[in-house]
Amino acid sequence: MIRAPAFDSVAAFFAQALAIEVEAAERYALLADQMEVHNNKEIAAIFQKMATVEQEHRAEIARRAGDSLAAHSPERFAWIIPDGPETAAFEDAHYLMTPRQALLLARFNEQRAVDYYAAIAAAATDPQIAALAMEMAADEREHVRWVDQWLEQFGPDDPDWDEDTDPPVYSE
Amino acid sequence: MNMITSCKPADYKSAVKPVWCPGCGDHSVLLSFQRALAELGLPPEQVAIVSGIGCSSRIPAYTNCYGFHGVHGRSLALASGLKVARPDLTVIVASGDGDGFSIGGNHFLHACRRNIDLTYVVMDNRIYGMTKGQPSPTTEPDWETAIAPDGTGLSPFHPLVIALASGANFVGRAFSGDLAGTVRLIVEAVRTPGFSFVQILSPCVTFRPDQQRAWKQAVHPAAVTETDDPARAARRLMTDDGFNTGVLYRGNREPYQPAPKAYHAPSCLETEFAL
Repeated sequence: MIRAPAFDSVAAFFAQALAIEVEAAERYALLADQMEVHNNKEIAAIFQKMATVEQEHRAEIARRAGDSLAAHSPERFAWIIPDGPETAAFEDAHYLMTPRQALLLARFNEQRAVDYYAAIAAAATDPQIAALAMEMAADEREHVRWVDQWLEQFGPDDPDWDEDTDPPVYSE
Repeated sequence: MNMITSCKPADYKSAVKPVWCPGCGDHSVLLSFQRALAELGLPPEQVAIVSGIGCSSRIPAYTNCYGFHGVHGRSLALASGLKVARPDLTVIVASGDGDGFSIGGNHFLHACRRNIDLTYVVMDNRIYGMTKGQPSPTTEPDWETAIAPDGTGLSPFHPLVIALASGANFVGRAFSGDLAGTVRLIVEAVRTPGFSFVQILSPCVTFRPDQQRAWKQAVHPAAVTETDDPARAARRLMTDDGFNTGVLYRGNREPYQPAPKAYHAPSCLETEFAL
């Protein structure tokens, strides 16, 4: 059950929408860095692509918001709220994770964003905010479809996907 | 170092990419540091982060503040000297449960007692992660590993009880999986004058892979509000299950800060030593 926040203005709604994209993009970039450091370059590329997608979405929202954001700083908003609905959790990363797992993580985040905006649309008393939230939900739904298409390239994971031939753990 | 006037979390991020394992709680703690410093509005050039040795102690390299990656267990000694000499700096000390409570245990007691205005953040994963998973002072007695096949059988160290009993002016606990809660606690700890001790439960994904899920289920906000009464705090902490989060004690002790001395050139100092 998603608790939909109430917004006192369209500008506040846009500010939060931007904050969500800023945080999601930054988190994907951090995860990409982690994977690059651990030489899992394929996953680093996936997370970097997701970071780019979120940055593009942020730019699109900023364009739609126009001058209404003058009183709000999305950068500031981003770090006073808990992890946003589109933000990947640090603990869901693994240094040997597969492309399928990375994309399922991305899909989970996108779907959570769909549900979040749908909840806002359902609860909003301001028709303009409700309409904008529905638009955002449609954007995120499009992202889900895009990730689904990407996922089609990958079959089931090897059951031993996390087997490390040089494990860090003592074996005896 | 870039001088900035309006601080965002990204302003505290260095160009060095963390080498911590993906999934490690320390990634979240690093982000918490950055967000807390931005919330406090402290420019990087007014902050020093001092650490010892271990996974957690790599944190100064990943921030854009002044940093000192010190020697094992001695981060508090370094930080105490720095704060006394440069009271204008906000000094944050980063450590782990091995570094901070084992080899650095004695420094911990006396840093609490001295009550210098420092914020001591210990990322506690209940294991020595950097050196392949040996039990640490906070490891559960029955936790089995190849190095301790039947567990250590030893009672774990209770850092919050020790901090309170030794005179720390602020005692709190956070969970790295709760980013917003961790940010809030660090902010409160820095704002509180004197020695602030913050234990952050920060799971080790490599040597204790089940820890993250288990701790996420176990942590809970402390059922009682913070107190400035050490006796009441002590009673609460003695029945603590290890997973209460939030501010558990905030006292009113005056921080120790000696009066500044006149500047002496290094040549003056040399006269005090037979060289």
